[in-house]
Amino acid sequence: MSKVNPDFVEKISGFTEFNAYACINCGSCTALCPMGIDLLPRRMFRHVMLGFEDKVLENTEEVFSCLLCKMCEENCPKEVPIVENIKSIRWYINRDIFKLGRG
Amino acid sequence: MAVPIKHVLGILVDNLSIRGSVMPLSRSSSVNWAKGLNIPRGGKTVIYTGLMYQLMPSIIAMEKMTSKFADSWISNFYGVGRMVNKVISITPFMTWTNASERERFNSILHNIAKLLQVANVDFGYLYDEEMYAGALVHDEGINDVFEAHAHKVYERLKKHNVERVITVDPHTTDMLKSVYPKIIKDYQLEVKSYLEVLAESNLKPLKKLEQDIVIHDSCVYARYEGIIDQPRQLLENAGAQIIEPINTKKMTYCCGGPAESLFPSKARTVADSRVEQLASVGDKSVTMCPICFVNIRAAAETKNLSVKDISDYLVDAYCDQ
Ligand code: SF4
Ligand code: SF4
Repeated sequence: MSKVNPDFVEKISGFTEFNAYACINCGSCTALCPMGIDLLPRRMFRHVMLGFEDKVLENTEEVFSCLLCKMCEENCPKEVPIVENIKSIRWYINRDIFKLGRG
Repeated sequence: MAVPIKHVLGILVDNLSIRGSVMPLSRSSSVNWAKGLNIPRGGKTVIYTGLMYQLMPSIIAMEKMTSKFADSWISNFYGVGRMVNKVISITPFMTWTNASERERFNSILHNIAKLLQVANVDFGYLYDEEMYAGALVHDEGINDVFEAHAHKVYERLKKHNVERVITVDPHTTDMLKSVYPKIIKDYQLEVKSYLEVLAESNLKPLKKLEQDIVIHDSCVYARYEGIIDQPRQLLENAGAQIIEPINTKKMTYCCGGPAESLFPSKARTVADSRVEQLASVGDKSVTMCPICFVNIRAAAETKNLSVKDISDYLVDAYCDQ
């Protein structure tokens, strides 16, 4: 069982703050995603907001497989900045886990 | 995990930090396309290739390697490779390019500059001073490396007193037009894609394009930058009949390209679906992004679908050949 950790989301921010609070979990994004990955984007965002760091990391491959094509974002009824959020999760993994970047 | 994400990204980061480009590109490979065009060096308005078209032959070669070895020893190789790559660039060994491919991509840039000249646009070029805009590291979320690079690119443009840039591909357009202004203070640069510049000019067709052409919008042009009408206007003014595939304009379907370097087989599935859509409505298609061009062309090989860059059609209609 993953532990709920409300502080985790603080670590996730990129050029803008992580912001998926308006998400109503309608599923449009997942249904339209050409990569057909069930986790993208809404379940991934749930993991982040609940602070399930282990779940996010288990699914690193999904995080990096997003095409940033914005098909989801274009059709999101709540105007969630989906692509910026995904890039923020990438930045967290690159910085804290892969130790890439300028250090 | 098929390809070790960390090491592939690591190689890109090292190349960008140490060598200024995600993949090494010789001076001649960067600027050869401009031969014979007499484009002045520098100027207040410059064409900005961002090296995207020039990098495609290396990217194609690198991707062939990746997909060949995705499941075997490459996992180890990438780790060692990254260490070696810091000292001597290993990427050229992984990316032997093919001369006809180099010519193919150079011809697209040549077309674009020719069209701008015919439209009487006054522009220069920075030649070997031009830098890659950093789209790949931006997209992969390597934020600090990207930020530092973006500043270098901007300083370079300012050093040459550039005020306006004309971009040639959607990714560089989005970087310079929408992403840089968010991270660079007091950013002052007017950025337009050549498609916008040409659509605003009073370019007149010299020849009719009496063809039905299936259009493939780039995600970045259509959904990020709202560049949707300009390519249609330019093709239609020349007499072409545009065929819209089922997913088009703001609902365009990705070519799969952005997943190519890490997940080649998934990327291919996306490209196959898109080619299916295009081929079901016509036999000639047009792209306007180097990444789309490469991916759609590869997936269309076994289909009855030709793939051209939009500049191929435009040069045919608007320039005296
Ligand atoms: S489309 Fe928007 S609101 Fe619906 S699940 Fe996806 S992110 Fe949430
Ligand atoms: S941006 Fe990413 S998550 Fe959204 S539809 Fe495209 S590939 Fe799927």
